[in-house]
Amino acid sequence: MSIRVRIERRLEVSPQTQILAILLSLFLSFVVIAVIFSFLGVEPLNAYRRIFLGGFGSIYGLSESITKAIPLLLAGAGLALSFKARVYNIGAEGQILMGAVVGGGIGLFLPNLPRSLLLPLMFLGGFLGGAVWGLIPAFLKTRFRVDEVLTSLMLVYIASDLVRYLVYGPWRGPEQRGFPYSSPFSLSAQLPHLGTTRIHYPTLILAILLAVTVYIMLFYTKFGYEIRVVGENPSAGRYAGMSVERVVLFVLVLSGGLAGLAGVGEVAGIHARLGPPEGISPGYGFTAIIVAWLARLNPLLTMISAFFMGGLLVGGDAIQTALNLPSATIFVFNGVILFFIIAAEYLTNYRIKVEAVR
Amino acid sequence: MIDFLVSVLTLTIPAGTALLLGTLGEVYAERSGVLNLGVEGMMIMGAVIGFAVTFATKNAILGIVAASLAGVLMALIHAYFSITLRVNQVVSGLALTMLGLGVSGLLGKQFIGMPLPVRLQPLNIPVLSNLPIIGEFFKYNALIYFSILLVPLLSFFLYKTNWGIVLRSVGENPAAADAMGVNVFLVRYLAVMFGGLMAGLGGAFLSVAYSPAWIEGMTAGAGWIVIALTIFSLYDPTRAMLGAYLFGGVRVLQFRLQPLGIPANLLNMLPFIMTILVLVLISEQAFRRRIGVPAALMQPYSREEK
Repeated sequence: MSIRVRIERRLEVSPQTQILAILLSLFLSFVVIAVIFSFLGVEPLNAYRRIFLGGFGSIYGLSESITKAIPLLLAGAGLALSFKARVYNIGAEGQILMGAVVGGGIGLFLPNLPRSLLLPLMFLGGFLGGAVWGLIPAFLKTRFRVDEVLTSLMLVYIASDLVRYLVYGPWRGPEQRGFPYSSPFSLSAQLPHLGTTRIHYPTLILAILLAVTVYIMLFYTKFGYEIRVVGENPSAGRYAGMSVERVVLFVLVLSGGLAGLAGVGEVAGIHARLGPPEGISPGYGFTAIIVAWLARLNPLLTMISAFFMGGLLVGGDAIQTALNLPSATIFVFNGVILFFIIAAEYLTNYRIKVEAVR
Repeated sequence: MIDFLVSVLTLTIPAGTALLLGTLGEVYAERSGVLNLGVEGMMIMGAVIGFAVTFATKNAILGIVAASLAGVLMALIHAYFSITLRVNQVVSGLALTMLGLGVSGLLGKQFIGMPLPVRLQPLNIPVLSNLPIIGEFFKYNALIYFSILLVPLLSFFLYKTNWGIVLRSVGENPAAADAMGVNVFLVRYLAVMFGGLMAGLGGAFLSVAYSPAWIEGMTAGAGWIVIALTIFSLYDPTRAMLGAYLFGGVRVLQFRLQPLGIPANLLNMLPFIMTILVLVLISEQAFRRRIGVPAALMQPYSREEK
């Protein structure tokens, strides 16, 4: 008799197992990041304490975490949809910037419109800006079979350079004394805030509504079913008469548009002007990838993961100033968490079976 | 005119060398059936480690060796996740890039603005480097000659040796290779590690020879262009060289066009627009001629689920 170890696929994964797996992968990520930190001479417990207190330890910290969760939620809910269809839109960062350019541009050039008209117009323009930036990789994928991973990412660099060109060149405000900023937006192009916080609540409400809508669309409509089937098995979908091309176009345009809305929220709700790309979005589009996976591609759960990652960003800012760390620190968190999330997915989808063989 | 062309060409080769090194590695990794989107992360780790070790030891060779080891270590993470755990290769590679960008930022903070005490010196090839006009082509540093030398070597290995056949068969039909007694997992691990070694080398080339300096995020998308070049090369080392120098040339052109009054920020888009155009052209061509992607690319291999 001998012992045999087998790995077999689980058919059903219960929600409890899923949540446990997420928590466990987060815990293990923090252990590994602690090891990386101590290697690099950063005292991990001190760093974690400051991150937690910075992001979640005060009313101010919480309000900042929610503020940063807004773009993460908008972009993350769209990406969850896109990844569900196995369409790897990794260019949300560029789509955010294009939303900021078009939405912000409308705010800059039509400053005298009444607020109730101008703000919706900016959001609409921002959505279109992001959607077009998602349409390009979608078109190239469906028409020329070009992989969307590379094209959506290349468009991030192109969007960054475009923003830089605008704020260093034609859109630079004459009163900015050479600094790379547009003129400030008029009051009617600025979003209202909740009390004294920086929470631009119209965008927050919009983000929550859209995340719920995307969730319902994905799980309770026929087209959502098609998206999930095409993601699981494109040839089966095609065999059943579904249009893979339609799904690709839809998810890239919608996720791009949602990211574009996030860009409008940043410029109209936070900065009230256009500036260098890293100021408009310090990597929200990339952190949104983690938001989507952390929520296990469930748009509803992105509300939780966006808040969590928002807090991590706020805490990350706190240790950057306190411990003099570079802004790239957040990418350590992003990378390690992403690794553990996908490992957890493997471990929950498979189970190790030890059995006796005669 | 000749002088202008030669000066552009002599600058093109160094400008394309980091891309060439990275692409040669990724060609091998993908030939084995593993897509590694972590090239940007492995490259930037190579750049920071190469700079740090050269800075500390005052020995550029040691720095370059350390950088390639750093690339191998990074690649091992992706290998473990994609080959052993069989997770989604796109996400794992993306995570590797983020990790590399983050860790290199933390490691490199102390080196920002520091001058490198030594750098990789040019090797003047006797006689040839004294020739008029083309002499400039014989004053490069050793890493550039090494990268050029690797092209025929890697082609020969890939197409003319048994090991090359094994590598290709693992990428085309792992189950058949397994049945022939090939250790699919080992071959894939080695190919991905080689990819990491070359990306690390490419990064070190930037920080120890080309720039030479450490700037946060200094690879600036080069790792992603490598992935595109791998597709453009149709997984062939010689075409990889062609593609890398094409993009090197674009980079040189960027600096040459700047004095003409075209804004630098618009010129910076050039390589990325080029990448998209090149991908469109090659996808059409590859589809029509039914060549290209290794059949088992991105498909994890498992002996149980055949």
